Amino acid sequence: MAIYDARRRSSKFYLGLCYLAVVIGLSWLAIILATLLFEGLRNISPAIFTQMTPPPGADGGLLNAITGSLIMTTLGVAIGTPLGMLAGTYMAEYGRYSKLTFFVRFINDILLSAPSIVIGLFVYEVMVVRMGHFSALAGAVSLAVIVVPVVVRTTEDMLLLVPDTLREAARALGLPRSIVIGKVAYRAARAGLVTGVILAIARISGETAPLLFTALNNQFFSTNLFAPMSSLPAVIFQFALSPYKEWQHLAWTGALLITLAVLALSITARVLQTQRRAK
Amino acid sequence: MADNLAVDNIGLDRAESRLAKSLAGFKLGDTVFHLLTLAAAWAVLILLGGVIASLVLGSMPAIKAFGLNFLSTEAWNPVTEKFGAMAPVYGTIVTSLIAMAIAVPSAMAIAIFLTELCPFTLRKPIGIAIELLAGIPSIIYGIWGLFVLAPFLQEHVEPGLIASFANVPVLSKLFAGPPYGIGVLTAGIILAVMVLPIVTSISRDVFETVPPVLKEAAYAVGCTTWEVIRSVVIPYTRVGLIGGVMLGLGRALGETMAVTFVIGNAHKIAPSLLAPGTTISATIANEFTEAVGDLYTSALIALGLILFVITFIILAISRYMLMRMHQQEGR
Repeated sequence: MAIYDARRRSSKFYLGLCYLAVVIGLSWLAIILATLLFEGLRNISPAIFTQMTPPPGADGGLLNAITGSLIMTTLGVAIGTPLGMLAGTYMAEYGRYSKLTFFVRFINDILLSAPSIVIGLFVYEVMVVRMGHFSALAGAVSLAVIVVPVVVRTTEDMLLLVPDTLREAARALGLPRSIVIGKVAYRAARAGLVTGVILAIARISGETAPLLFTALNNQFFSTNLFAPMSSLPAVIFQFALSPYKEWQHLAWTGALLITLAVLALSITARVLQTQRRAK
Repeated sequence: MADNLAVDNIGLDRAESRLAKSLAGFKLGDTVFHLLTLAAAWAVLILLGGVIASLVLGSMPAIKAFGLNFLSTEAWNPVTEKFGAMAPVYGTIVTSLIAMAIAVPSAMAIAIFLTELCPFTLRKPIGIAIELLAGIPSIIYGIWGLFVLAPFLQEHVEPGLIASFANVPVLSKLFAGPPYGIGVLTAGIILAVMVLPIVTSISRDVFETVPPVLKEAAYAVGCTTWEVIRSVVIPYTRVGLIGGVMLGLGRALGETMAVTFVIGNAHKIAPSLLAPGTTISATIANEFTEAVGDLYTSALIALGLILFVITFIILAISRYMLMRMHQQEGR
């Protein structure tokens, strides 16, 4: 009987460790979110959305940073999505069994987790050096480079979920493949494709590293794509590491705004996905 | 009558030619779309090629100036233009190892809980919570580490570590004072928190591929839950688990913002884990915009190249492992 007891005990011990890990892991993450809410909400005010980032020691808001983030994110998605969707379409439709697809899928999965700071360096070399100055456009392009693999991946996955019988039925009517893809496959996979784009937006809205030396930062309000532009992550980076209390408070508020945006986007994507499955 | 017939024939010809025209249009449209998607697929490859090419070109001056010594030099002096990658590479590897040492066992434990122990009603909410956390940008973890974790470690944990290991041979070197708060250990812990959700969600997906029959068979011969996990679930999913761990490692190595906030940016290799250090990505993030002179910029890009090569290899192994697992599953 002793051996049974020992086995039971060791089982209990290890499973206990598992429970412990869950409690520690989840409470740790809960603490992060709680601090973020507390510190972020403490200093939130209408001024955040109406005033510019202040000089050290003064009060101000994050208007230029929020606008900059919105502009660059929108532009990044607008550049990256078509490219990603077309590539994903090739992989799922025209070249489903080709060697190229296999290779692109492998490379794409690597790009998906490649360090974003390296992508910043790449865009710096290709655009900033050529143009001679930092610009919002370069920032948007570096975000687009991050968008592409996300969209490629979801587009391919979602199109592969569309039953082939639908495609065959349309082909039997004599439609060319481009129309089958456009009118049948895309339409059937629409929710999934939208999910991919939302996930891509969520991914880049907090991206900091590639913006640091492409869009740089800008203390003032600017919508000029060919000049440096402020962004929330860059402002958080600069302000959090500063010794000024007002700047640190703004950094926390900015961090809260980004987190809320990312969480809202991911939840939307998730809801879309479950709706799809329910149908 | 005859006239009408002739008109009909002309009409028919017209209709036919219109049909032929629109069919040709279809064909043209199809070819164009096909080529467009093909070009986009190639563009993904070209993107990667472009990244590698631009990094290699950008780091040429540094490679020419320092050669392989770049890897084995610790000095990093912008004034005398002496640059070496050893300190950042060391910092990158050590912080990632600390992160993996903490995150992998915890992530596996949480994944085991989610697949084997958790009541069904809780399974989904906890799983979703973890996936949402995986999406939180790293700068959030960074700012939290700087303002909350670092002061906490400085006041409550690090003095204790220094005191309790003061007389232990090796550990006294690893945990030598003074407690700065920011440093290699703090960066490792923040990285662990960041990587945890990623490794957890992959491990969970991997554990879910174990066929219930296998587990039931083990239970039927009297295995305890832990024995089932240890001798059925983990061996069955070994390849996928390694893939997931490698993916987490790839993320940890390249992670920038979470580390930059708390590492202290000191270009030296200190034996103590409590001392400030630097990583490749933190060095680039901190110094790139301030870098004056071609050689300085080039040295930073060379660091980026080293980072890219390391993560590329790790991620390629990870993908290969995960792919092999899916193939196994298909069989």
